[in-house]
Amino acid sequence: MSRLLPFFGFLLLVTLFGFGIWWNTQHDPSEVPSPLINQPAPSFVLPTLDDPTRTVSKASLLGKPYLLNVFASWCVACGEEHPTLMAEGKQLGIPLIGYNYKDAPEDAKGWLGAHGNPYTMVIVDRPGRTAIDFGVYGAPESFLVDAQGVIRYKHIGPFTPQIIARELKPAIAALAHEAQP
Amino acid sequence: MSTTPLRMIQGDVGGREGGGNIPAGARSARVPAAGHWWRALLSVGLVALLAFVGTVHAQAIDPLPFENHAQEVRFQHLTRQLRCLVCQNENLADSNAELARDLRLEVFKLMQQGRSDAQIKQYLVARYSNFVLYDPPLQPGTWLLWFGPALILLAGAGVVLVAVRKRRRDEAIIDVPTENGDEW
Repeated sequence: MSRLLPFFGFLLLVTLFGFGIWWNTQHDPSEVPSPLINQPAPSFVLPTLDDPTRTVSKASLLGKPYLLNVFASWCVACGEEHPTLMAEGKQLGIPLIGYNYKDAPEDAKGWLGAHGNPYTMVIVDRPGRTAIDFGVYGAPESFLVDAQGVIRYKHIGPFTPQIIARELKPAIAALAHEAQP
Repeated sequence: MSTTPLRMIQGDVGGREGGGNIPAGARSARVPAAGHWWRALLSVGLVALLAFVGTVHAQAIDPLPFENHAQEVRFQHLTRQLRCLVCQNENLADSNAELARDLRLEVFKLMQQGRSDAQIKQYLVARYSNFVLYDPPLQPGTWLLWFGPALILLAGAGVVLVAVRKRRRDEAIIDVPTENGDEW
């Protein structure tokens, strides 16, 4: 029995490292968990892309849920995500609001013109100051905000049809269920 | 600025070794005892100079209008404890990422408003979670992280203790003194 002890120790290590490898294939270790889930979204006042003299605030969006999608024309992963948003954005049942992050408005307009505009509305945060309040550290990032202005779900990185089906749609359905008890 | 004195030392050493035909013993005898402390002083000075160059470099990333030197030192100390969220193996003080620059500016503004280090950290943790701190706080979620290594060490000590006791007992039963400690 005691001769087998090193072998069991070896098996234990193999299990441990195997679990580590499996865990890292399921999770992105560089992903920063948002402390804002189930917290009120930070208040903001930001101009729209179409008309910079018009501003949109958190208060003006209260009353119905929406998906806030942080994007920029310089962001490669946003380009990967874009076809998915074009295909599925209209079927979400809630407004998809673009959050143009650290981008020149003319670049954003050109990018949306070339690839299509999946957004109900686009708001512009060129200095990226409000994005700090949202805990944004890259693009794309998406926030599901409910009718009361509370962040209910956050996705870091590009949406894929799988993630939309597995995570986003159930989260939206849960909101709709709450609205009609 | 820092390379010139370094080259001087190298030149000096080279010059000393240039006298290759002097026997090793004689060579060491030729260096006066006073030269040793002179050299030591010079290297200490150089190290101090390098440390100074380091701060100058960090300052050069983005010159912020600090009120005084103490505030600057406090800023550097604080931003060194905060993680850059874009390049996560860098701290806020060193990172050149755009977000890191924005966050440095944010830290600076909060300092100007008279917030304490703890308040500034809390401000960032509220937005980016404890991930932003290089030093994880001691709380139920991090107990394993803080005490795990000690637990593993204790478990290892326990295994060794049991093994040693078992061996002693076995040896006492078999009672073969010549083999005592052979396998250790």
